[in-house]
Amino acid sequence: MQSQSITQRLANPTRFMALSGVVLPWLVTVALMTIAYGLYTGWTAPPDYQQGQTIKIMYIHVPSAWLGMMGYALIAVSSFGLLVFRHPLADVSAKAAAPIGAAFTFLALVTGSLWGKPMWGTYWVWDARLTSVLILFFLYLGLMALRSSLDEDVLASKLTAVLALVGVVILPFIKISVEGLSIPSLGLEIPAWNTLHQPSSVLRSDGPKIHPSQLNPLLVSAAGFTLLFFALHMKGMRNEILRRRLKTLRMAEVDTVRSGQAAPAAAE
Amino acid sequence: MDLGPHATFILAAYALVALVLAGLALWLWLDGRQQANLIADLERRGVRRRSRSRAGTDGMGTGT
Repeated sequence: MQSQSITQRLANPTRFMALSGVVLPWLVTVALMTIAYGLYTGWTAPPDYQQGQTIKIMYIHVPSAWLGMMGYALIAVSSFGLLVFRHPLADVSAKAAAPIGAAFTFLALVTGSLWGKPMWGTYWVWDARLTSVLILFFLYLGLMALRSSLDEDVLASKLTAVLALVGVVILPFIKISVEGLSIPSLGLEIPAWNTLHQPSSVLRSDGPKIHPSQLNPLLVSAAGFTLLFFALHMKGMRNEILRRRLKTLRMAEVDTVRSGQAAPAAAE
Repeated sequence: MDLGPHATFILAAYALVALVLAGLALWLWLDGRQQANLIADLERRGVRRRSRSRAGTDGMGTGT
């Protein structure tokens, strides 16, 4: 046991279950309180001078979009951990993150449509940002479908991890689809696509372009939804560990029954 | 609070987020409870993990 690294010790599922069992209720409580505070301050903030009260959709749309992408990044990192380091909890993490990331991506798409209709005059346009986020959503569905279509667990884990790593290219595509990319030192110049979607107002090299009365509630609600994401992910990981323990128990039961049947036969 | 002419869009967006996240949380809670109940049922019948009975280590079976 002493020869184990810290990573190996943290990777122990029994330790994870014990630790997460203590942390999870607190994490849920803090997440819900942070979301409530963020949305309250957002709803009591003055309306936007251009968008009016529809700016309130920003406090749920933007965190959903961020978490849709973060969820996929988490799956990609977990998949890397599975394929390269064979981390015992990496596949558990990747599997648990998929439905949660898909849910937030779905919410980003639909809340974006509900925001787009009054502001753009349409629910949907096939531009680069909206289409690339839709592809991200389909990637999530593809990961879940691939895993559930294979009976052999090891094969399903590895194939899903490979697809997740291939699909990670969508993340920078989503980012540069609106803003383009310019790295003069490398001679790289990718122009922004023609799109209805506005460029980022928060994550900018020259600082946020949004009034503090809207920025602060947005950041608080984003922090709250991020905590909620991790709480849901932790619960999903706990469920997956239990599911695998159940499978181990059922195999042990089958072995016991078989050995019980074999013993009288051997005695004869 | 007056949400203006686009109140329907704002309320629909918030209702959808609440519905989807509550549904996700409920699904995870029910799934966890189901797994725990099935494990408890097997253990009541005397089934033990092989790895625990052999070496006292955890036998999650990570699928790796």
